[in-house]
Amino acid sequence: MRTVTNLHTAPRVTFDVQKVRRDFPILKEKIRGRPLVYLDNAATTQKPQAVIDTLTRYYSEGNSNIPRGVHFLSERATRNYEEARTTVKTFLNAAASQEIVFVRGATEGINLVAQSYGRTHVQAGDEILISEMEHHSNIVPWQMLCEEKGATLRVIPITDEGEIQLEEYERLLTPKTKLVAVAHVSNALGTINPIREIIAAAHLRNIPVLIDGAQSAPHLPVDVQALDCDFYVFSGHKLYGPTGIGVLYGKTRWLEAMPPYQGGGDMIRSVTFEKTLYNTLPYKFEAGTPHIAGGIGLGVAIRYVQALGLEAIAAYEQALLSYATEAITSVPGVRLIGTAKDKASVISFVLTGVHAHDAGTVLDHDGIAIRAGHHCAQPVMKRFGVPATCRASLSFYNTKEESDALVAGLHKVRAVFHL
Amino acid sequence: MSDLGELYQEVIIDHSRSPRNFHELKEANRRADGHNPLCGDQISLYVLLKDNMIQDISFQGTGCAISKASASMMTESVKAKTTAEAAALFEKFHRMVTGEGNGMVNPAGLGKLAAFSGVSEYPVRVKCASLAWHTLRAALEARQATVSTE
Ligand SMILES: Cc1ncc(COP(=O)(O)O)c(C=O)c1O
Repeated sequence: MRTVTNLHTAPRVTFDVQKVRRDFPILKEKIRGRPLVYLDNAATTQKPQAVIDTLTRYYSEGNSNIPRGVHFLSERATRNYEEARTTVKTFLNAAASQEIVFVRGATEGINLVAQSYGRTHVQAGDEILISEMEHHSNIVPWQMLCEEKGATLRVIPITDEGEIQLEEYERLLTPKTKLVAVAHVSNALGTINPIREIIAAAHLRNIPVLIDGAQSAPHLPVDVQALDCDFYVFSGHKLYGPTGIGVLYGKTRWLEAMPPYQGGGDMIRSVTFEKTLYNTLPYKFEAGTPHIAGGIGLGVAIRYVQALGLEAIAAYEQALLSYATEAITSVPGVRLIGTAKDKASVISFVLTGVHAHDAGTVLDHDGIAIRAGHHCAQPVMKRFGVPATCRASLSFYNTKEESDALVAGLHKVRAVFHL
Repeated sequence: MSDLGELYQEVIIDHSRSPRNFHELKEANRRADGHNPLCGDQISLYVLLKDNMIQDISFQGTGCAISKASASMMTESVKAKTTAEAAALFEKFHRMVTGEGNGMVNPAGLGKLAAFSGVSEYPVRVKCASLAWHTLRAALEARQATVSTE
């Protein structure tokens, strides 16, 4: 996997941001009479026309259930849904399509592993290791598991810059550790974690690793085989696709050893009241009618991103990140929360004398959408001693002009509060 | 479309920057804590209640400008009021900030609190404005649990 540092030296690919913006109809919207400046991409991304059209076309021309139908529409929907799975497989460079399980999103992917892997592989006295910068969805499912099993949740500390303390991490890896679960990219700090090292250290001790890729899949090329992670989850809606669809990647040998997550239709091979035979991978984990349109839409979103090129996206976003970081920190009273060396395009900050929520409201008044709050990562907020931060998270469709608008907005915030 | 100045009126900015009755109250015989998970607003309210009369009231805590100013102005407006008068004021205040009655709530009788009328244009901020009031109600009803706006 390429790191950000060598993306800087990668040959400059020309990136026509104005052309890209035309693919996203919502970017033409006016909010309170002002052009929308959408800087809340870590919460969810906007959808290109191709994805919107796919959903409309599916429901107006192709709606059908899968995979039992013998009729034309069902057969076609099944094929399109499975093609989307193949698209995801290629996107992550998984070894096989059966390693791609469709779920509702990153949250459900993590819960699936916690419940299914946890049920069979975790016992009283065992430990699960996460980091101090995790999203609640990579904390709470493990807490629930630990409570149920009498296991212990251990936390890798982070530095004042917002980087994982690798020596502490190695110290926390013990024979009791049954799983390591860390974010690839932190939604609250923007930190890109050195997951290759994290995975390698765990594997030396035969401990599997789950990577929360909710914030990395949209920004970085990901190769699950090169990383050698055991599980990787992401959400479609943060990757320019529909809400309600996401992916759990799991190595075949783990998925085969794990019991089903939910019971129901499609996850079985045969059912009698005495005994049920489970279906093969990945269907064993896909009980019930899935979000068919969502899966197909996700496939289209991924192909859209692939056509732009993940390397080109990362290079453009890194340049924009540098520009915006410098501009935002030039505003008096701004303090960045999260200053790691390797960052994705997430800028978390506080403005002295102004609560993040007030800043968010003033900016919103000018059509500037940022996130103000704890970003579902209350332990990180506590670590940095702030109740909340402002967070501007950038996408490849954002521009320097939008960064300038944010900075002008922050000056206005200061004026409103007489600073 | 509403003007930002209608939300952040001068009196609100003033109270958020220098909140009144912003300290612990040693003689308090009622106390309640309030929490707004959305903003991370946190308030501790102290009341000295005698013969159903709010003799003295103060607060401490952290929060956004709206919640802080609201707490500050609330303490000023309910001091020396009976619990029934305070409850009636909350009723009126609540109707105003939630925009119930299409902004037709007559702010007369609310005094300075009328400055919060702009909040009704910002539904997510209603909780910030009403946190202190919910906490006051808990303190007066002597409920022990922490109040949450969720
Ligand atoms: C790092 C991280 N993990 C997990 C999630 C949960 O994603 P979802 O709500 O789509 O399941 C998010 C969403 O904000 C996130 O940023």
